[in-house]
Amino acid sequence: MMPFTYERALDASSAAKAAAQPGTKYIAGGTNLLDLMKLEIEKPAHLVDITRLPLRQIEATGDGVRIGSQVPNSDLAAHPLIRERYPVLAKALLAGASGQLRNKASTGGNLLQRTRCYYFYDAEKPCNKREPGSGCAALQGFNRIHAILGASDSCIAVHPSDMAVALTALDASIETLLPDGSKRTLPIGDLYRLPGDTPHIETTLKPGELITAVVLPAPPAGNQTYRKVRDRASYAFALVSVAAIVRVDAGRVRDARIAMGGVAHKPWRAVEAEKTLRGKPASMASFAAAAQAALRSAKGHGGNDFKIPLAQRVLTRTLADVAGIEGAA
Amino acid sequence: MVNRSPLSPAINPVEENRGGLIGKPMNRVDGPLKVTGRAKYSYEYRGLKDTAYGFIVGAGIGKGRISGIDTSRAEAAPRVLAVLTYQNAPKQAPPHPRENGANRFDRSEPFLFSPDVRYYGEPVALVIAETYEAARHAAGLVEVRYVKDAQAKFDLAASQSQAYKPKGVNAGMKTDTAEGDFDGAFAAAPVKIDVTYHLPHEHNMPMEPHATQAVWDGDQLTLYSGQQIAATAHSSIAKTLQIPPERVRVVTPFIGGGFGSKVPLHAQAVLAALGAKVVRRPVKVAQTRPQMFANTNHRPECLQRMRLGATKDGVLTAIAHDVWSQTTPFDEFIEQTAAFSRVMYAAPNRAHRHWGVILDLPSSDIMRAPGEEPGSVAQECAMDELAVALDMDPIELRIKNEPKDDPETHLPFSSRSLVECYREGARRFGWSTRPKRPATLRDGRWLVGYGVASAMFPTYMRPSAAAVRVNADGTAVVKMDMTDIGTGSYTVLTQVAAESLGLAPEKVTVELGDSKLPKSSGSGGSFGAASAGSATLLACEHVRAQIAQLATKDRRSPLAGADAATIALRDGHVVAGDKSEPLSAVLSRLAPAGVEGKGEHQGAQQPAKYSSHVFGAQFAEVGVDIDSGEIRVRRMLGVFGSGRILNPKTARSQLIGGMIMGIGAGLTEESIVDPRDGSFVNHDLAEYHVPVNADVPQIDAICLEEQEPYANPLGIKGLGEVGIVGVAAALANAVYNATGIRVRKFPITLDKVLGGLPDTGST
Amino acid sequence: MSDEPSLSIDRRTVLKSGVAVGVIANLPAIADGAEVKVAQPVNVTVNLRINNQTHALTLDTRTSLLDALREQLGMTGTKKGCDHGQCGACTVLVNGRRINSCLTLAIMHDGDQITTIEGVGAPDDLHPMQAAFIEHDAFQCGYCTAGQICSAIGMLKEAADGWPSHVSANLTGGVTLTDAEVSERMSGNICRCAAYPNIVAAIQAVRGGEA
Repeated sequence: MMPFTYERALDASSAAKAAAQPGTKYIAGGTNLLDLMKLEIEKPAHLVDITRLPLRQIEATGDGVRIGSQVPNSDLAAHPLIRERYPVLAKALLAGASGQLRNKASTGGNLLQRTRCYYFYDAEKPCNKREPGSGCAALQGFNRIHAILGASDSCIAVHPSDMAVALTALDASIETLLPDGSKRTLPIGDLYRLPGDTPHIETTLKPGELITAVVLPAPPAGNQTYRKVRDRASYAFALVSVAAIVRVDAGRVRDARIAMGGVAHKPWRAVEAEKTLRGKPASMASFAAAAQAALRSAKGHGGNDFKIPLAQRVLTRTLADVAGIEGAA
Repeated sequence: MVNRSPLSPAINPVEENRGGLIGKPMNRVDGPLKVTGRAKYSYEYRGLKDTAYGFIVGAGIGKGRISGIDTSRAEAAPRVLAVLTYQNAPKQAPPHPRENGANRFDRSEPFLFSPDVRYYGEPVALVIAETYEAARHAAGLVEVRYVKDAQAKFDLAASQSQAYKPKGVNAGMKTDTAEGDFDGAFAAAPVKIDVTYHLPHEHNMPMEPHATQAVWDGDQLTLYSGQQIAATAHSSIAKTLQIPPERVRVVTPFIGGGFGSKVPLHAQAVLAALGAKVVRRPVKVAQTRPQMFANTNHRPECLQRMRLGATKDGVLTAIAHDVWSQTTPFDEFIEQTAAFSRVMYAAPNRAHRHWGVILDLPSSDIMRAPGEEPGSVAQECAMDELAVALDMDPIELRIKNEPKDDPETHLPFSSRSLVECYREGARRFGWSTRPKRPATLRDGRWLVGYGVASAMFPTYMRPSAAAVRVNADGTAVVKMDMTDIGTGSYTVLTQVAAESLGLAPEKVTVELGDSKLPKSSGSGGSFGAASAGSATLLACEHVRAQIAQLATKDRRSPLAGADAATIALRDGHVVAGDKSEPLSAVLSRLAPAGVEGKGEHQGAQQPAKYSSHVFGAQFAEVGVDIDSGEIRVRRMLGVFGSGRILNPKTARSQLIGGMIMGIGAGLTEESIVDPRDGSFVNHDLAEYHVPVNADVPQIDAICLEEQEPYANPLGIKGLGEVGIVGVAAALANAVYNATGIRVRKFPITLDKVLGGLPDTGST
Repeated sequence: MSDEPSLSIDRRTVLKSGVAVGVIANLPAIADGAEVKVAQPVNVTVNLRINNQTHALTLDTRTSLLDALREQLGMTGTKKGCDHGQCGACTVLVNGRRINSCLTLAIMHDGDQITTIEGVGAPDDLHPMQAAFIEHDAFQCGYCTAGQICSAIGMLKEAADGWPSHVSANLTGGVTLTDAEVSERMSGNICRCAAYPNIVAAIQAVRGGEA
């Protein structure tokens, strides 16, 4: 870990000003940042501690909810508003990490988690995300956990968050504060970037821009669920995950919001699947067709080829579950 | 004076067990220290200010040479005291020869002795600084240039054709054994199985990272280092540093797990000693979790071809077990994987053979049940495949081929309860309710299947000495360099000593883990309790004999004139028939300084007259998610015949722990080598998946009543390792039963079954 | 910028990023010999309240809470198993909540109530959870044990507060701590000796008031 100076922010605007300086990073829960700093993958020279900013409220806002960016993951999962109205989010949070990590990890920090790609995590290996221009060791390497959608020749890493997948299905938006004191709100879909040839630039946040809150619109009508597939029963990152919100009325799918995790550089909104599904009979055939549409552009890299049928199967089943449809026995 | 050679004492209080301490489910005597954080592990000794911190820099190439190394920036970094490389490290002995001597753990293990890089992650420098933070950061400032060896080999399957025949395999076993005419019998067999199983590299990964504190006091070196066998670590560091053994002391009273990986002397121990010498103050070095993947033990990847020939009614006529496993150019370790099949089933025609495949990887080494664990996968999965081919119950197939003596040596078994284990296990597990046809049992979205497999582990004994002192106040202290890696040594030795001395366990203190104490077996090969326990028993007998002499010859004692051979120690008294005197009274009067006894057990009888092993049966029920292919264990039961059980509580913990590690071997654990550079790709606990709490189902382990009359005076058989054996096979067989999919490449992860599952929309 | 009296920075130089970065070992050539500034460690003083005692410490900013406990204070009951939040051996309670002490900076915790295993109980004054771990043989080597016990104590509080888990049948119906619930909630604590069933039994005994 590089030496760094440290300050504790007492208000958001001075935090954003301080963080606009080169080499500066925010620290909140620290569960990912310190992990990476120990390996000198993250090398900030100055840390701005934002854990004591007054950003810990979860409050109803008309039909929706505003979640302060410093709300720990476990508080968010346990909050009655979330459990009752946004179960997909509570389930996604509870499927992630461990009790200890959820107690520490913040809402904002969870959004900004960096990939678990082995080669990104190993400073000896080429990685365009860590060291732009150095190459991608995963492309020809062991890529069992890597992306099947939206990847590039520069990077096939996946975003590791469960929470962000649920937020993507929920059409959450992100409120931020910029160093100049201005505020903006951006849809979660606009927060993340695909790798392209700049995989080191993961979000559209500007230098010093501070995530202050995540805002959920009114819960969409329909049932919500989150399904996570992983190599062990707990405490493992997703191979594939699905957040699904489906409204069925008179045997037809009226609305569907679907996001997938473990498949792309960002939480992947399955727009094609949603389109395919809308207005169709709530049947296994429709769900299978939607899953097929979701994976139509998927591309494997050898080790992760299995994720394509896996995602398709799990998506099909999750849609059936959330729609309350039993498969043929 | 030392009570040598009798393999059993005249009076065997363990047999008599009048105090009832043998077989008592006593709580661990070190429990209060461990649950309160007071037990000190290697990195936790000595003063706070005085000790400097070492941090290892590992090689960033697989095999090759250091062509340039610049430590100037690291040396200039704040709080850095020194940077050691091959250019300035103190002189050490040359590395041990590639082939093993009598004991492969008692040998020189130098580091930073050459510009050559043997494997990815090999230490190329040690940075020593005032603080951990400074050392870790400065490690990144060491600049190393390399020339890679273009001929380096990292891939087992690709190098299989260049395999060679080693002179012997681990644990002193023969490379090849054969009997009858395998080829002829196999060709003629009406039913044949010919399959190859592929097992991955696995890592021991104890919870305590390998750590050492080194303290020089003049020319005396003390190493606080988690070492399963203090004596070989002691000898090994002395040989490495080329100093007389009497100038070295190894202290290792608490060890945070090892499973074999804290038997060898590893890099951090040698580097701490070198570093402390250079900076002239104590130095401690812990391997980071990623460093442990390169610089501690791993079980080698292997390919196993298994051929079984049988009659149509399921009598085996031919068994061949051929194994190719990874080893290295600088250290020969050949896991004794084909040894499992040598012992399990009768067949007149057989061959069990090993080959080594030399790869430029870290040396493979022992991991819980070396040989037996991987070997059981091939033999026991193949038995299941044969049972399917024969349309026979897999338990009945095994029982049908139960040998009348050891199929390899033809010695009688000292005890073997495999059939009883299967019968009892089948009854308890409800084996009769298993699906007779694969892929026929459903529970919601889960496909459910049952599997069984046999477990076996040899009963080893190693020479062991112990000293026991009984004080005039009726307390006793047992001392030896034995270790407790979580096995319960402190507790079971307390039980043996207390029972033997007729004392309450609270009166007995056991001191372990210091090389200045009498030399014991240490922990490894499941020989610890038997070896160290036997030495304790003999030392206590020596104490008893001395006290008997004192009491019977003292006219003031009510025991005066009694036959010393009949004197027993019981309930804090010295007893002969109906006469007795309190022990403390005898000692206060006749030996106020106490009585010290010594015991030494010579190890296994040679030549062996019996074949001695633990046998067991593993039962598993798994669920396979029909949509995702996720495999989860639902139930497990292990039934074992393990002779006398000293402590059923710690014994069950050992067995269950082994079984759960077996879940990892079967379903989740795999250290993946990057074939481009020989590094282990998934080198941390986030991506090397050891089982977590939620992976563990309803699980139980039971031990049958079994008499073991020959193996050792305690009548016990070690069970630290047998629990893991057969588990991966039982799980694989259960996955087959659940899905009809036979996976032969381990671990069985969901991607390996996904393609064989029914369409998710149609089921 | 900090107004906290207990937290003072004795070196305020903000270092330029990218200074003195270690050369990636497999790059073809060593960077030329240009003079490179080496980053200086930064010390700050902090008051840590641990097991109801306040400790004034001067720490390198980089010091994790775990290393502060173990290396600065000699409180070695809290263990380092992986240093990256992947094993749970370092679990302590901060303001009653279980966290991984390896993944938090010590200097971020002034004013917090920190409880380590040393504060949970002593050999002659065991906490019920510690006693239950002994009775149920919920450990072998003992290295993960402090983390397991702190985690178990924190976990029971979470369950008492009605927090659901990944395996809860529904999110709003209250918590029944079945064995499966306990296993899931304790899955952030790896035990390579695999005392898991006994850990679950010990926790259930404490919950049931048996211990």
